[in-house]
Amino acid sequence: MTAGCGAPDQGADLPASTNLEKETVLTGRVVAGGEPVAGAFVRLLDRTGEFTAEVVASENGDFRFFAAPGTWTLRALSRAGNGQATLVADGPGLHRAEVSVA
Amino acid sequence: MSREDVLVTADWAEKNLGTEGIVFVEVDEDTTAYDAGHIPGAVKINWTTELQDPVRRDVVTKEQFEQLLSGKGIGNDDLVVLYGGNNNWFAAYAYWEFKLYGHANVKLLDGGRKKWELDGRTLTTDVQERPTTTYTAQDPDLSIRAFRDEVVNAIGSKNLVDVRSPDEFTGRILAPAHLPQEQSQRPGHVPTAINIPWSKAANEDGTFKSDDELRELYAAEGYDEGKPTIAYCRIGERSSHTWVVLHELLGYSDVKNYDGSWTEYGSLIGVPIELGTGK
Repeated sequence: MTAGCGAPDQGADLPASTNLEKETVLTGRVVAGGEPVAGAFVRLLDRTGEFTAEVVASENGDFRFFAAPGTWTLRALSRAGNGQATLVADGPGLHRAEVSVA
Repeated sequence: MSREDVLVTADWAEKNLGTEGIVFVEVDEDTTAYDAGHIPGAVKINWTTELQDPVRRDVVTKEQFEQLLSGKGIGNDDLVVLYGGNNNWFAAYAYWEFKLYGHANVKLLDGGRKKWELDGRTLTTDVQERPTTTYTAQDPDLSIRAFRDEVVNAIGSKNLVDVRSPDEFTGRILAPAHLPQEQSQRPGHVPTAINIPWSKAANEDGTFKSDDELRELYAAEGYDEGKPTIAYCRIGERSSHTWVVLHELLGYSDVKNYDGSWTEYGSLIGVPIELGTGK
């Protein structure tokens, strides 16, 4: 078996095997009042609002998903509050979003 | 089974920390989560290395399970309360495996690590050593475990519940979206399977939805209460979550978890595969 289902490290660096010409990577940071929020639960919801995946943000608030082109909602839950942002990935590559919680 | 036989709340757990005869067990693939902070007194089990055979692709044997629990200091009479990250996926898998080997008294912490953390409850890095025990397991209860031939034979007759995300079900992607996409299998789903993602059974904070909500959810998706059921996902952990819902919370009698799941089925030569929504 290769990777399991545990959340991989959510650092800002992508795995060396990532091919950004083929893969659609959604990445970003959870912030509150402009400051990173560590350890937030970040949920990726698809175009219909359906849950797709969830990761725990890193110490620096970073998160990352391997998805597909489309319109996505990033929803963050944290002790500092909850929040969400919409991200449109128009094709393969790296797509960034910031999610503010309050 | 009632909900109280299967789940404990975070409040109950907090009041029962350190109680004789209750062992809290964190189950994560990512053991760094436990190392960075866990429920006081909890021991950890590594899903990948301790609940699966290290060489063959299979759950651990009865003897390996006995060694594992003895080494963790878990006795046959202990109440084991399992919890973990990923909305209890791996804790649910462990719950299923504890049931497979006949542990009488095992429950899940409703909401797992996520709810515990969001509630701001205590986590510690102190590791409590438990004296070893001599644990005796039962022979595996195969009434809750499905193998590949049963899945093929269930096409068109049993409830086949594919609990992966819609994009995995239709064949757009091969793994959940927080993971790199594997290329070793064919995408798609078992023909006649209904797609009821595990996540629909859980609230945002990781707790299970109410029994009434759950019954409605499955009925609305075409689940037939009168038929036996096989649940599957990619590697058998999300389907354990749904197995807990169907077999333990809702009390349907003939429900099996297919732990080989899509990584096995999608690699088999010659079996039927369906693409798209199947509707």
